Amino acid sequence: MSEPVTAPAPRTTRADALRFYGLWIAGAALLLVLPLVFSSGGSLTTFSLIGISIIFALSYNILLGQTGLLSFGHAVYYGIGGFLAIHGMNAIAGHEWPIPLPFVPLIGGMAGLIFAIILGWVSTERAGTVFAMISLGVGELVASSALILRSFFGGEAGVTTNRTDLPAFFGLTFGPQIQIYYLIAAWVLISTIAMYALTRTPLGRVCNAVRDNPERVQFIGYNPHVVRYIAFCFAGFFAGIAGALAAINFEIANSAYLGLVQSGVVLFATFIGGVAYFFGPILGAIFVTYLQLGLTDLTAVWQLYFGIIFIGMVMFAPGGLAGLIMMHRPLARGGTLHMLLPAYLIAAVPTLALAGGVILIIETVSRYVVHADASTMVNLFGIPFDTSQPVTWVIAVVLTVGGFFVARMTWRGIAAAWDRAATAARDKGHLA
Amino acid sequence: MSAAIEIDAVNKSFGNAKIIRDLNLRVEQGERHAIIGPNGAGKSTTFNLISGYITPTSGEVRLNGEVISGLSPFEINRRGLSRSFQVTNVFGRMSVWENVRCAVLWATGHRYAFWKNVDSLPEVRQRTAAILEDINLAARRDVPASLLTYAEQRALEIGITIAGGANVILLDEPTAGMSRAETERAVELIRRLSEGRTLVIVEHDMSVVFGLADRISVLVYGQIIASGTPEEIRGNPKVKEAYLGEEAH
Repeated sequence: MSEPVTAPAPRTTRADALRFYGLWIAGAALLLVLPLVFSSGGSLTTFSLIGISIIFALSYNILLGQTGLLSFGHAVYYGIGGFLAIHGMNAIAGHEWPIPLPFVPLIGGMAGLIFAIILGWVSTERAGTVFAMISLGVGELVASSALILRSFFGGEAGVTTNRTDLPAFFGLTFGPQIQIYYLIAAWVLISTIAMYALTRTPLGRVCNAVRDNPERVQFIGYNPHVVRYIAFCFAGFFAGIAGALAAINFEIANSAYLGLVQSGVVLFATFIGGVAYFFGPILGAIFVTYLQLGLTDLTAVWQLYFGIIFIGMVMFAPGGLAGLIMMHRPLARGGTLHMLLPAYLIAAVPTLALAGGVILIIETVSRYVVHADASTMVNLFGIPFDTSQPVTWVIAVVLTVGGFFVARMTWRGIAAAWDRAATAARDKGHLA
Repeated sequence: MSAAIEIDAVNKSFGNAKIIRDLNLRVEQGERHAIIGPNGAGKSTTFNLISGYITPTSGEVRLNGEVISGLSPFEINRRGLSRSFQVTNVFGRMSVWENVRCAVLWATGHRYAFWKNVDSLPEVRQRTAAILEDINLAARRDVPASLLTYAEQRALEIGITIAGGANVILLDEPTAGMSRAETERAVELIRRLSEGRTLVIVEHDMSVVFGLADRISVLVYGQIIASGTPEEIRGNPKVKEAYLGEEAH
């Protein structure tokens, strides 16, 4: 796999500029029409959660992808943003201040920023393991205080609000989910543009330099600690915005907002999406939110699948979804992408069989071990299986073992097809 | 006018090991000064002491008359001293262009700016482009630094070092591991780029040292045993015994 270059060369041609702005306009248009295409209440809720998750994951990637800081406690700033947004909304409603709901995310953002300013200087003194450990410690500290400081965090129950008590905004009450969706969509667009712009500033580029080689940065005039600190503050700000949007969406904030699980999920989403490209965490946020919502409905051991997917990505595609996509770019430019298609299609069959076999085994075992009282029926890709029947066990093992051996052969076929396509692309002058 | 660099009675110990012992060195403004000496003499340690990478156990380092020992590397860099590394030390995942541009940003006053578009800073762009021309990497500007050839990485290393416009440049074995032809090109480059600046160079290749340096200091066991013009050093019996003699066989 070719090393990703984080920074493209400056755009010069008008066609490039057109394509660049076209992409953002297309994104905005997509956000606008999505609820018109998928108008069910469930879709709206899902889209809202994805939007929140996108901002949160992008803010996390300011740390991980841009500055090389692996945080295990990023949910602190998300949670603080959420709690402050709830308290802010209650205060606005109580005092009848003329602040409408669309501005509440700024309260969350400021809260995240202020906490990052306070906690960040110590956290960012060193990168690497030291930073990771401090972030974990701070995360646990804040999460446990959430259960102790009941007057602010509301203990186990959390704190609640009613978003419709705030003054209306151009006639919008923000009661219906569709209005909340558009509120979130607008903030997704604003935050994404802002975070993308940040990568194209002097600070953003020096963050990359600190990530690649903090030692050398000191010899070009920069204090890497200051660079990390400023990046940390920005990450805290945008995490706070995401947390506030979550608070607006659910009208509640509780200690789960700040906890280790929340910090883990955002790490998971960002990494699976791909940290080396700006759009990676967006893909990751979409994927993981769907996975969370979908899997929890389908299976009791959804966390196990999460783990398997994560391990698989770390081992086989450390560049994440974005890395997988961008691998194909030189081939697409060279016009040799089609050479891969047969190999991909051939490999898909045994690979799916392998996945199906593994799922059957996991579900069978979980029926016996975890939920002995649950129904024994498993629905796999529309085919019902009875996990109490030995024939199902045989099918599961055959699919897994057979699928693995056949799949492994077809994976070699992909590698060979890849070589041919890459060579052909290189012959046409596209570096692969 | 004060000397570009003055090292005044500097000692550096790591535990019980005295690496630098009562080191005194004076580099005049605008001269090209080479530090030579056998392996383990403390040449790289001397560079680390000057550039703030490590702090002297005792003694003082002055840059243009100002005491800099005890300052951080970035504080020293901001006062006009820049160094390269013996082992290539670039920003591997960033393109050649980005590598050099990052090294230009502080000196052009953009510092930690997060409100400016880095692509629309004409001064930064011009300086970056000029340096890429200087180090002959203009054609490779979009290649990630980690994918460059060794000689190209060494050239980039020098490019990053000079990009900030420092007046005092320290180069740590810039031609190590290069072929004869590459070395000649590198020397030409160093000669051109150090025009009008003060250059301190650590180098093993004697043809490079004697071809480039106005003055040479010989470092043996953490002490300068001789300082002078190339002719003086060549004729110095102490140097012959301690260093050049060894080199001859």
